[in-house]
Amino acid sequence: MTLDDKLFTVKYRPDETSHLKPDFEMCKTCTSKICTVICPAKVYEWEEAEKKLTVNFENCLECGACRIACEKNCLNWEYPKGNKGVTFKNG
Amino acid sequence: MTDIEKNKTEVIVVGGGPAGIACAVTVARAGHEVILIERGSFAGSKNVFGGAIYAQPTREIFPDFEKEAPVERLNVEHKFAILGEDDSTVISYRRKDTENPSYSVIRGKFDRWMAEQAKKEGVIIVEETVVRELLIKDEQVVGVKTELEDYYADIVVLADGVNSLLAKQIGFRKKIEPKDVALSVKEVYKLDKEKINERFNLSDDEGCIYEIFGGPMLGMLGLGFIYTNRESVSIGLGIGLDELCEHNLKPYEVLDKLKSHPTLAPLIKDGELLEYSAHLIPEGGYKKIPTLFGAGVMIAGDAAMLVNNLHWEGTNLAMISGKLAGETAVRALACGDFSENMLSRYQKELENSFVMKDLKTYRNLMDEAHSRNDSFMGYYLKEVNGFFKMFTTVDSIPKREKYRRFIFDFIKKRNIIELFKDALSAVKLLWSILIK
Repeated sequence: MTLDDKLFTVKYRPDETSHLKPDFEMCKTCTSKICTVICPAKVYEWEEAEKKLTVNFENCLECGACRIACEKNCLNWEYPKGNKGVTFKNG
Repeated sequence: MTDIEKNKTEVIVVGGGPAGIACAVTVARAGHEVILIERGSFAGSKNVFGGAIYAQPTREIFPDFEKEAPVERLNVEHKFAILGEDDSTVISYRRKDTENPSYSVIRGKFDRWMAEQAKKEGVIIVEETVVRELLIKDEQVVGVKTELEDYYADIVVLADGVNSLLAKQIGFRKKIEPKDVALSVKEVYKLDKEKINERFNLSDDEGCIYEIFGGPMLGMLGLGFIYTNRESVSIGLGIGLDELCEHNLKPYEVLDKLKSHPTLAPLIKDGELLEYSAHLIPEGGYKKIPTLFGAGVMIAGDAAMLVNNLHWEGTNLAMISGKLAGETAVRALACGDFSENMLSRYQKELENSFVMKDLKTYRNLMDEAHSRNDSFMGYYLKEVNGFFKMFTTVDSIPKREKYRRFIFDFIKKRNIIELFKDALSAVKLLWSILIK
């Protein structure tokens, strides 16, 4: 089972704008790009060709791991709006 | 009327988890006005745990909860499983404790039920609302700023969970380090009740808990878990965020490996995945507890790092800390005094309770665990399985030879100095737990 299959089981009400706002310029200088590894929903992906971090915020499980792990300390992490984001039924 | 007069209440509680609900209901029962603000569409909708709740502390908040609350199963068996590559050693303790049991619950149902009870007792619950920041006047917290409007209160209690951005805003704590939290991922599998009972050796609504060491987390600070629900099985793990970073591990891949272990795979075989989830567990322990009170504000539950990770306790510490914060708020309201000095009673009450006593008892646990994790979470676990492999294998090699080889290898593989350091660490830890 792939991660996408797993995420398919999660109920989301996605927002139009991202609640996760990294400083993309700082991300370019980050060597580990650890957010692309530790995020349980693979929200962050590094596009080497464009030298840009993509943020699939609509998959976010709102755990906060990226906020703590970000070694550049350049992630503005907020909760999604009150009626948006993930709803766990079996938490 | 000014905004303050219009939107003013006595107590605002941020967060509708066990800490927030326990606090709010305590305040409401004393006849005061209390608003509980929850960011999810219902209480429990943003919460994830193993998990089990404990009857005794829950009864302190809801004395009759066992009659009507949506609990899944009464746990009768704790299994401690040490996983090797393809083998395992399992120690099991079974007893049907009906006096002080634990129950598996699903937070989306259980927290929601608790919130409904609190509502019946007078708590005003505002859902789907995020508190963005605390309102401060003359160095005193006087209310909260939500997306829609500002609310004012004599006291604000922060029960906003492990990420507590509000605690950070008012400088109650520094940035959380990766080693102070564990990332937990969990999968819930739908299975027939009969199948669960058969696989876990249970009858009726009895439940079983697995606490899992080693396997894909060998040598790392991480543990796996299994809980049985009525008609589903929860399997997951919690692993130090620092370990994931250091070893470049994807948490869901570690869980996939855990699930495929021959000891565990049959337990969830043919189950349909109902839900995948993730959450952080505050694991910093006593030394990482933030400032707990200030003028007009207190902090409870996960937001205050109140988790006893060795004993898998969190919701109980949340409930009791919430209750104590609620009782302190009631006293403060009676005196009309919301100063830092008045609310310092909350910390004293916590210190007199098992909450702080237990966390203090284990204050050195995480330091020792971090410095000796390759031995205590790796080497010795491997040796346990190694011992039983040696003991149970019949291969015509004389037993004395086997024992001698095992002991020789045990010392040689780890080396005397490391063994000595491990022993010293264990003694130091035991001393701090038992003596002072």
